[in-house]
Amino acid sequence: MQTFEKLMKLDRRWVYLLLIIVCVWSYIADFTVPILVEPEVRSIHSFIDSLPEGDIVMIAIDYDPNNLAELHPMTYAMVEHCWRNKVKTIFTSLSQNGPGMCDQALRDLTDSMALDREYNGVEYKGREIVNGIDYCFLGYKPYFAIVILGMGQDFRLPFPTDYYGTPLDSIPMMKGVINYGQCACVIDISGGNITDAWISYGQGRFGFPLALGLTGVMTAQYYPYLGSGQVFGIMGGLLGAAQYEELADNPGRAKDGMRVQLFAHMVIILFIVMGNVGYFASRRRLKQEGRA
Amino acid sequence: MRRQIPFALVFIFGIFMVFQYFVPHETSEWAYEFLLDWIIVIGIFALALGIWSLFKVSVEKIKLGKEGAKYSYLTLVGLYLMVAFGFTQQTGGSLGFGYFVWIVLCSACIVALMRLRAVSDSGAKRMWGMVSLVTLVAAVLVAIFDDAWAFFLYTPEGLQNSMFRTFFDYVMMPILATMFSLLAFYIASAAYRAFRARNVLASLLLIAALLVMSRFNPFIPGAEYVAKASNWLMNVPNLAAQRAIVIGIGLGIVATALKVILGIERGYMGKG
Amino acid sequence: MKHKLMIGVLFVLFGMSSLWAQTEPVEADSAVVDSTELYPAPVSHLRATDKPNDHGHAIVVEWETSADDGGGKNNVVLYQVFRSMSFDGPFDSVGTAPAGEGRFEDIGSKDRSSSSFIPDDTDLFYQIDAVTADPAIRTPSDILDPVQSSGQWFNTGRVPVLVAVLIFGLLTGIFVTSAKRGRELYVRPIGGIEAVDDAIGRATEMGRPILYVLGLGTAADVATIASFTILSRVAKRVAEYQTELIVPTYDPIVMSVAQEVVKSSYFDAGRPEDYKEECVFFVTQSQFAYVAAVNGIMLREFPATNVYMGKFYAESLLLAETGSLAGSIQISGTDEIAQIPFFIVACDYTLIGEELYAASAYLGREPKLLGSLKAQDWAKAAVVVLAIVGLVAANFGWLEFPTLFRVID
Repeated sequence: MQTFEKLMKLDRRWVYLLLIIVCVWSYIADFTVPILVEPEVRSIHSFIDSLPEGDIVMIAIDYDPNNLAELHPMTYAMVEHCWRNKVKTIFTSLSQNGPGMCDQALRDLTDSMALDREYNGVEYKGREIVNGIDYCFLGYKPYFAIVILGMGQDFRLPFPTDYYGTPLDSIPMMKGVINYGQCACVIDISGGNITDAWISYGQGRFGFPLALGLTGVMTAQYYPYLGSGQVFGIMGGLLGAAQYEELADNPGRAKDGMRVQLFAHMVIILFIVMGNVGYFASRRRLKQEGRA
Repeated sequence: MRRQIPFALVFIFGIFMVFQYFVPHETSEWAYEFLLDWIIVIGIFALALGIWSLFKVSVEKIKLGKEGAKYSYLTLVGLYLMVAFGFTQQTGGSLGFGYFVWIVLCSACIVALMRLRAVSDSGAKRMWGMVSLVTLVAAVLVAIFDDAWAFFLYTPEGLQNSMFRTFFDYVMMPILATMFSLLAFYIASAAYRAFRARNVLASLLLIAALLVMSRFNPFIPGAEYVAKASNWLMNVPNLAAQRAIVIGIGLGIVATALKVILGIERGYMGKG
Repeated sequence: MKHKLMIGVLFVLFGMSSLWAQTEPVEADSAVVDSTELYPAPVSHLRATDKPNDHGHAIVVEWETSADDGGGKNNVVLYQVFRSMSFDGPFDSVGTAPAGEGRFEDIGSKDRSSSSFIPDDTDLFYQIDAVTADPAIRTPSDILDPVQSSGQWFNTGRVPVLVAVLIFGLLTGIFVTSAKRGRELYVRPIGGIEAVDDAIGRATEMGRPILYVLGLGTAADVATIASFTILSRVAKRVAEYQTELIVPTYDPIVMSVAQEVVKSSYFDAGRPEDYKEECVFFVTQSQFAYVAAVNGIMLREFPATNVYMGKFYAESLLLAETGSLAGSIQISGTDEIAQIPFFIVACDYTLIGEELYAASAYLGREPKLLGSLKAQDWAKAAVVVLAIVGLVAANFGWLEFPTLFRVID
């Protein structure tokens, strides 16, 4: 019976150790996990797929390096999907370390776009992605709620120049682009409270189609907005990113990470079951001792 | 008077912002944008205040020799380094050896100044004073005579600084990502401790957690049904509960905002 | 003679045949279509109005689609909208609408220097072209009578919000007045708040500090404002018991306000000399750097009590688990729904959602605060009743009821 009590009161360091071993093994091992795509992720992919060439999508990179593992793959998959379909993008970063994340993603993606690729059976020729023609990076400003409201009037209000110091009026793709009205949709990829501001101050005030890319922990909280139609799609956590990669036929870090997540969850379930077994066994023993 | 003026300001601006929501006219919009601009200005000044607070606390810790004072050295040097990288950029092909010498000299100067404040012995004070003076003069001379780099106070150039990028990409990003990944281990230990079927409600919580975690696990038997059950859980009960909490919180926010505007809620002014 | 006659007859015959050859030229291709048949029918019933409920600089243009859009020749692919400031032009293109669409919003910038500026209170003339796949083949409409844009002073689409705010304000007024007159208003016990005093006592007995975390919100967040009230209460008790208080902050403005709150509390407790400004300090505005700093404080100082009140995100479990490792008693409160489960799991007491906002009323027991709390509860009850009525109405097809609450922006 002492074994069961030990099961219930296991030192947390054993939990950590087993988790580390399983995570490392599943990362090193080379196998794929089948990904089932959810409707809320498919709606984002279909929306971008349906956009004609030359349309503009606004992508808000509102996360910090701490959310890199979950949200960066989403950004990579989605931006490459847009650019392969010749959809232009406006980037903004309303989190402090967001510009660094966006800058890194832009560098990597412009290199990737130079190569010929095949996605979903369609051949895409490599092309040069030009700042100011294919994308515009507005940069970062503090007090995100104010910036979101300002961009609803005119992008030039909070961002008279882009991240690199070029006046917005002299950027070719920004000619005639005043505010959200000229964007097909806004996609907010965020790991914190900035999403609430996009929903209430952005979508609530200006009525543009809004989709979200969120960390796994936050996803459950935003389902009500999906249900009410304020948001047309949600990519939740690493799973959401993997689903988007699956739809875009562009396997990347998310699909690799799903292996690790799957087995990590199995370890957590194992410990929960162990803890409950120990709990029920101890309770039974106490009852029996009580009767005796 | 000292209390009346802030309350009056809160009331006036609070009522204005409430009415502004219902008045779309350009005049109202202009006033609103004007106020938004000022919020940014106040925020920037407050940031300076915050950095000064951090600096003061770190210096105090070093001066009093408190436990963990070594972290305060790191804080100050780290703060200086990123500011220095952000405001400098190479003028030629590379930053050059002189740039790193300048960085080291400035860091040494900061450490020496902190030690100067911390020590009480006059001999030690003189020594650290000399060290800080020498390192400061050397840093200034290097900055004046080294042409491989320059100060660019307008940020875009600084953000292209290779050292800034290196520290961001290879120090800050991994550290922050590591902190977040600690959550995985903490969730495991918290789940192990907390998910016990002590009563009916705890059992429901346990079953829901197991279902959602097994959502897209293709290896468990009946995976398709588990996924469907999990989706139903997320889209029906979870949605209902979240909406209820959101409505409650929304009303709470309206009530608290009204209390603040009308001066009923004064906790933020220091009176409980 | 005969030769001359023969030549003359032949000449006449040749002449007659060449005369016939000079008659109506035969068309080379009898299949050439009359070019006017390519052109689509124009749009009709064109009308333009000022866009309602906006700041001006916008016009809504509507029309009935061309007869050849989806029918007839079915060759209309889009409608191109032109605008001019005079009837005689020049007309500039301001946008397009796809085939099948009979509406276009011409939204301009209010910035005079912008190329898309539309002046208010100025005559504007519109014309719509029905355009085919060949952009050269198009049919313009008549030029519309002049229309002017202007800003409105009241957004009629937000009337439901105004009514709700007024009703809520009225309820608050009624209950506050009622409470001031001495009416007893019951508030159920909230375990987390009641535990604060005991936790402070525990810290004093153990000689260890109290760590108060205001969360990651700004001073404008309601959760942070509610947290200030609880902080003032905690600081007052801490001043009375002469325990150490540590308040690391995430936002510089929050730091300034928190310093004032704690200082006032020390004054109220009659111990102004015990107040140390360094007890409330700014750490960083980076989420996980802040968490790392607070965790470091927990593992060095080993506070007896950790109080987490405010807005928290992913770091909530990191803070709570580390506090648990340090052996602290933990009281938390947040309105972030996703983080509530983590606090419930890892903390000893948790204030869920609006319990955090009720804390100020609960702690102070002031009639005005209790009255507003009651108003909040009544408003919630009203929402529940309206939701049930709406459910019944939707099921019985009375869809006018939900539209009463629709907010149009």
